[in-house]
Amino acid sequence: MTGKTAIIGNGESILAFKAGGVDAYPCESTAEARETLRRIARDYGVIFLTDDLAAEMDDLLKRMAEEPYPAVVPIPSEKGSSGYAQKKMKEEMERALGVDILFQREER
Amino acid sequence: MTRLNVNPTRMEMKKLKARLSTATRGHKLLKDKSDEMIRRFSVLIKENKKLRDEVERELSDCLREFALARSVSSVPALEKAFSMPAVSVKAEYGVTNVMGVEVPAITLLRTDPPADGGEGLPYSYAELTSEADYSVEKIGKVLEKLLKLAEVEKTVAMLSAEIERNKRRVNALEYVMIPQLEETIAYIRSKLDENERAATTRLMKVKSMLAEKNA
Repeated sequence: MTGKTAIIGNGESILAFKAGGVDAYPCESTAEARETLRRIARDYGVIFLTDDLAAEMDDLLKRMAEEPYPAVVPIPSEKGSSGYAQKKMKEEMERALGVDILFQREER
Repeated sequence: MTRLNVNPTRMEMKKLKARLSTATRGHKLLKDKSDEMIRRFSVLIKENKKLRDEVERELSDCLREFALARSVSSVPALEKAFSMPAVSVKAEYGVTNVMGVEVPAITLLRTDPPADGGEGLPYSYAELTSEADYSVEKIGKVLEKLLKLAEVEKTVAMLSAEIERNKRRVNALEYVMIPQLEETIAYIRSKLDENERAATTRLMKVKSMLAEKNA
């Protein structure tokens, strides 16, 4: 199946994505972003989500993690990365392997 | 460990032995599967980290450029220019199977070339500054990586869930099912042996009683 990509985000950074050919859904609040994500989840294969919003809707994203699509990807917003994606990676790694094989050096 | 609640008969023991051999084989297979999944996972998570770092750096660059473009033109002009994208991202969303887990496989098809044969900018050069051009160009490049990241990140997430589930299965077999079956089989065997000994002693006793009587 061919599909489209979407971006849900706050601020004007999503305009840049729009110019790149990604469907943009501006959302200013977390509640709005949740609503939008739920509505468009069926129509898109990949949905980018600015990570400050993603961090607040962790529970919803967890529920979507079991299916191959849509893949929700947290991306840094214009304010920079919030570290949500790193946290997520760490969680998954600890769940699967029991140890942290990537980040332990950086923390010390 | 508790043993199963079964009758200590030869028939039951035969059944339990069959179950035990199935459980042992299943345990071995699942354990091998777990090992392989973990191996793949550690490769993927490293790739994920690398991609993530790259993408975040490039995207920040890109957004900074965009902020610059925004600062030199008025917001309405910018919004107008960007409201009708000239290109659209199309990707093929397939599914592949990694160790029995259905994971996404995304390939970026050519982004549709703009109809007017331009460079894919949603506006004319006269409308906005060159910073905007650069940021649009950059985002087009980052998108490819972003889609790759989407694929890898999702695979990692799904694989980690599957590894956890599989680990539970392996542990349930190793620490519950197999000991239980072994213990029950041992119990039945000792019970049967006990019965046999009881029968032998009874026969011996009867024989000695008969011998006494005949004497």
